[in-house]
Amino acid sequence: MTKEEALFTYLLRRADDTLILGHRLSEWCGHGPILEEDIALTNLSLDLIGQCTSYFQYAAQIEGKGRTEDDLAFLRIEKDYVNCLMVEQPNGDFGKTITRQFFYDVYHKLLLEALVNSKDEQLSAIAEKSLKEVKYHLRHSSEWMIRLGDGTEESHERMQNAVDDISRFIDELFYKDQVDEMLIKEGIIPDSADFRAAYDAYVTEVLEEATLQLPEKMWQLSGGRKGVHSEHLGYLLAELQYMQRTYPNMEW
Amino acid sequence: MSKKEWPLWEVFIRSKQGLSHKHAGSLRAPDAEMAINNARDVYTRRSEGVSIWVVPSNEIVASDPSDSEELFEPSQTKVYRHPTFYDVPDGISHM
Amino acid sequence: MKEINITELERKFQEKIDNDIKIEPNDWMPEEYRQTLIRQISQHAHSEIVGQLPEGNWVTRAPNLRRKAVLLAKIQDEAGHGLYLYSAVETLGADREQTMDDLHSGKAKYSSIFNYPALTWADMGMIGWLVDGAAIMNQVPLCRCSYGPYARAMVRVCKEESFHQRQGYEIVTQLAQGTPEQKAMAQESLDRWWWPALMMFGPSDKDSKHTAQSMKWKIKRHTNDELRQQFVDVTVPQAELIGLKVPDADLKFNEATGHYDFGDINWDEFWQVVAGHGPCNKERVAARKRAKEEGMWVREAANAYAEKRAKRKAS
Ligand SMILES: [Fe+2]
Ligand SMILES: [Fe+2]
Repeated sequence: MTKEEALFTYLLRRADDTLILGHRLSEWCGHGPILEEDIALTNLSLDLIGQCTSYFQYAAQIEGKGRTEDDLAFLRIEKDYVNCLMVEQPNGDFGKTITRQFFYDVYHKLLLEALVNSKDEQLSAIAEKSLKEVKYHLRHSSEWMIRLGDGTEESHERMQNAVDDISRFIDELFYKDQVDEMLIKEGIIPDSADFRAAYDAYVTEVLEEATLQLPEKMWQLSGGRKGVHSEHLGYLLAELQYMQRTYPNMEW
Repeated sequence: MSKKEWPLWEVFIRSKQGLSHKHAGSLRAPDAEMAINNARDVYTRRSEGVSIWVVPSNEIVASDPSDSEELFEPSQTKVYRHPTFYDVPDGISHM
Repeated sequence: MKEINITELERKFQEKIDNDIKIEPNDWMPEEYRQTLIRQISQHAHSEIVGQLPEGNWVTRAPNLRRKAVLLAKIQDEAGHGLYLYSAVETLGADREQTMDDLHSGKAKYSSIFNYPALTWADMGMIGWLVDGAAIMNQVPLCRCSYGPYARAMVRVCKEESFHQRQGYEIVTQLAQGTPEQKAMAQESLDRWWWPALMMFGPSDKDSKHTAQSMKWKIKRHTNDELRQQFVDVTVPQAELIGLKVPDADLKFNEATGHYDFGDINWDEFWQVVAGHGPCNKERVAARKRAKEEGMWVREAANAYAEKRAKRKAS
C-alpha cells in the first residue's frame, strides 16, 4: 500500500461518514418535532453534505483516475462504502437521532481538532473549515441530550434506550488498521487513541448531567471501515443511488 | 402532562461589527440557550449575523400606539401583548 | 358615544391605509381586517410548510451532491418562511399551536398545488420554476401590504426566494438540453404541473369573494386574474426558450392586448382539490400531523427541563 492509497482510503472513510450521516439527517427534512428544530437538523445535514463533498473531491484528485466526487458518492457498491456503522443506523425517534448525533459529534470534534494539525495541507484546511461547523453540532446535540435525558419520565426512558442502542458502536469510531498506522507515522492523521480518554470524559460529563448512563460494557459491533455493514445501509444506498443507477451517464 | 407550547422569543441580530442589533423576528424555544441556538439556525442561515440577542417576548414592554383613544387604551404602558417585528434604527453609533 | 368612536376609528384607520401608513400590531384595527389577515397569513404559512413535503420526498434521491445540498437549503428556507409567517399571525393574537391545529383538522387551507404528487426528478425543477415562480409573483406585492409584520416577513421571504426559482429553472434547463430521456422527463413534468400552477392564483376574480375588501385594505394589491395573466406572460417565453411545450392548445399571443390568451382552467378540479380531494391532500395533512404528534414528547421534555432548572435556580 502506498501513501496515496492509504490517504485515498482514509478520505473515503471521512467522506462516507459525513455523507451517510448527512443523508440520514436529510430524511428529517419537513418532519421535525417543531419548525425550529426542522431547520436545525437541516443545517446539520447541509454542513455534512458540504464536508463530504470536500473529502470526495480530494479523494478523487488523489486517486487520479478521472472519477468525480459524485462518482465516488453515488456509484460504488455497498461493500466499498467505508463509513462506520453508527452513522448508518436508522433515525428512529428524535431522541435516537440526537443520541447518534451526540456520540458521533464528540468523536468528530476531537478528531477535527487534531486533524487541523495534519501535515497534509488540504486535509488540514478541510478539517479547519469543518471544525467550526462541528463545534456547533456538538453544542446542539449536547444541549438536547441534557434536556431530553433530564426532561420527563418518558423522554428519559426513550433516551436511555437510545444510549443503550447507539453505545454499541462507539469502539468502532476508534478503529485502526494499516491505513491509519501508515498515515499516523507520516503525521497526516492523528492517532485516535490519543483522544479516547477525552471522548469518554466528555460523554460521561454530558450523560451525567442528562441523568443518563452508559450501559455496562456492551458487545461492540464493527465492520463498517472494511465495508461490512448493517442491513440498513443497503436501503439507504438504494435511495441515494436511485437516479444515478436508473439513468446512467447523464448530467443533472 | 402539560401540552403548553414553548414560549416565544424575540431575536435581535447584529449583522456586522459597528452596527446595533436589529430585530430579526421571533421564534419558539424552551429556554434561553435553545433560543440562541434556534436563532442561529433560523435567522442566520445566510450568515447574516455576528451576534445574537434573544428576549422572552412577554418581557417586552411597549408604549401605547399613537392613535389610541383613552376610551379604548386606558393603560399607560402595557406588556407587549403580541410579539412582533419592529425596527430598531441601524447605525445608532454614527449619531 | 361608543359607536361614534368606532366609526371615527374606522375612518382614521382607512385614512392611514389610503396614505400608505402601515398598521402595527397594537394599533386599532377593524375585527374583519384582523380576521382576514389571520386567515390569509396562516394559509400562507401552512403553504410554506406543507410545501416542504413534495420536495422533501426527493431529497434522499437527489441525483448528485450539489443538487442535494441546493434542494435541502431550499426546503429549509420554506420552513423558515413558515416560521416567519406564523410569527406574523401571532402578532394578531392567534397562536401558532391553534393555527396549526386548524391545518391538521382540515379547517384551514393551504395552496392547492402541494396536493399534487412529485413523481420524478424533473418535478423538483418544475416546482422551483413554476410553483416558486408563481409564489414570487404573489409575494412581491405583499411586501407593500398594509399590515407591518406581514409586509416585513414578506420582504425577508422575497429576498430568500430569489434563488428558488432559479435553481428550478436550472434543473429544467439541464433536462431540456440533456438526453432524449431527460427531455421527455421534463416535458411530462410540465404537462402535469402547468395547469395546477395556474390554479395557484386562486379562483377567477368573478368567484373570489374576498378580493374587493382586501384591495381596499391594501392586504392585496392585484387581483387573482391579473397575477395569473402576468405569470403566463412571463413563463411561456421561458418554456419556449428551452424547447418545452406548454400543454395548452388555446395558448396564443394576442398582438392587440400584448398578452397571451390561454385556455380554460378546470375549476371543478380546483374546487375538488381545495375541498380535500386532490391526489395527496390526505398524505400531506397526515404527515404534518404525525410530525406534530411524534414531536410532542420532545417539546414536553424541553419544557419540563426548563421548569426544573428554573426551580433549581430559585432554590
Ligand atoms: Fe417560500
Ligand atoms: Fe420558495
